[in-house]
Amino acid sequence: MALATKTTTDRGTGRPPSPPRSRTFWGSTIGKKTVMAVSGLLMLGYLVAHVMGNLKVFFGPEEFNAYGHWLRTMGAPVLHHSWALWLVRIVLLAAVVAHAVSAYQLSRRDIRARPTAYAHRRKRSSYATRTMRWGGVVVALFIVWHILDLTTGTAHPGGFQEGHPYQNVVDTFSTWYGNVIYIVAMLAVGLHVRHGFWSAAQTLGVGNARRERLLKTLANGLALVLTVGFVSVPVAVMTGVVS
Amino acid sequence: MKLTLRVWRQKNADADGALSTYEVDGISSDMSFLEMLDTLNEELILRGEDPVAFDHDCREGICGACSLVINGDAHGPERTTTCQLHMRSFRDGDTIDVEPWRAAAFPVVKDLVVDRSAFDRIIQAGGYISAPTGAAPEAHATPVPKADADFAFEHAECIGCGACVAACPNGSAMLFTSAKINHLNVLPQGAPERETRVLDMVGQMDAEGFGGCTLTGECATACPKGIPLPSIAAMNKEWLRAQRKSARR
Ligand code: HEM
Ligand code: SF4
Ligand code: FES
Repeated sequence: MALATKTTTDRGTGRPPSPPRSRTFWGSTIGKKTVMAVSGLLMLGYLVAHVMGNLKVFFGPEEFNAYGHWLRTMGAPVLHHSWALWLVRIVLLAAVVAHAVSAYQLSRRDIRARPTAYAHRRKRSSYATRTMRWGGVVVALFIVWHILDLTTGTAHPGGFQEGHPYQNVVDTFSTWYGNVIYIVAMLAVGLHVRHGFWSAAQTLGVGNARRERLLKTLANGLALVLTVGFVSVPVAVMTGVVS
Repeated sequence: MKLTLRVWRQKNADADGALSTYEVDGISSDMSFLEMLDTLNEELILRGEDPVAFDHDCREGICGACSLVINGDAHGPERTTTCQLHMRSFRDGDTIDVEPWRAAAFPVVKDLVVDRSAFDRIIQAGGYISAPTGAAPEAHATPVPKADADFAFEHAECIGCGACVAACPNGSAMLFTSAKINHLNVLPQGAPERETRVLDMVGQMDAEGFGGCTLTGECATACPKGIPLPSIAAMNKEWLRAQRKSARR
């Protein structure tokens, strides 16, 4: 063990050597990280379903609009119109809030834990790791714009038509800024998922030395499929494949 | 060899520090990094200046006392402790930056010496086993599967140097804490305190002001004893298991 330079008080502040320990779930860094992992995986599951739905745009307006309609009748006749959809929305909102709050609190703590930077700087860690924080913020801002654009229609270019998502999608991707915002956000999602999926496996204790390759491959595969799948839609509108 | 050193000098915990530049000459490539610093200190003492304070003890890579961030790397460019780093890893005429471990939980005491007693308090919180005193127990009384013995031994190699904390951009002590917990939690001797150990040690780690883990992997790259990154996942698994068990109680 390293030398205990001082064991009685901390830097003359008189702090007792053993401060009270927090053993609660939310009070612990590992607990917060677990909340982040579970909420992240929930959102990831949703994104996989979402990209499959989006790809229906390639089968024409009927099929795409019918899919949009089904989202509202999902769960019928047991559930009333839109109830299932609202249930999904509530769970997702809770996941976004839980994820963002734990990410914010942990990030603050991490920055405080390393107040002085090294004078000798060198390049550290992978691109995806370094972009988790601001990449997450980009994704959060995107989610707000995306809902205002295609769900409520508040920020939609041209006339938003409730129940005609095909036309709405074509409208959005006929503007240059719609394409730019969307594609940048999807690249951020890809990077975030790449490190996030693998991280979640470590946080939840699923990772070990033998599964390392498998988990990294899965993370990269998921990130690639999601990004390519999502980006294919604006590219199709730009090239006239979907119009 | 002739070298230019830029060394962090700081009078005490409350003073402001800065990098000071020194020239050292006559360094043999067979010297260890600490012997090179000894050479500098002898010269400083002859000149009537304050020698550079740095931690060291065994000088054979087993005690964990030596530290130093050398050119931005904890323990320097080789995967070993600073005392086992040799000057042949550098070239004549090099400029070398020498800084202390940087973390809020490791305050600088003087120059390159930091207070690592936060690690001792993490150990005190649960890094022990309960064993009856008296004669040594019969060696075969408690069988340990080979795989578990290997796993425990791999983690027992941690020397508590703190390079993992120094290398981590979040100043996180997860690798150290995981090494200590995994070492004892896998063994039958550690079983009675299996849950309280992980909850208490992680609790103490958080209370000391170390950052959280973002799995950048810098710790495992810096660790002179090769404690692997998946150790953290294994500790997380133990922690979640203990949380479930204590929730049921
Ligand atoms: C509200 C916007 C978001 C913010 C601010 C955010 C931020 C973060 C941060 C800071 C991390 C920790 C990175 C690290 O430990 O290195 C993280 C992890 C993660 N994120 Fe996000 N993120 C957001 C949205 C999303 C979305 C939409 C998904 C769904 C695909 C997601 C999935 C994940 C996963 C799976 C993890 C890993 C959890 C873990 O480290 O154990 N995040 N996020
Ligand atoms: S895990 Fe490695 S780097 Fe960290 S204290 Fe132990 S030996 Fe040092
Ligand atoms: S002085 Fe003991 S490990 Fe370096």
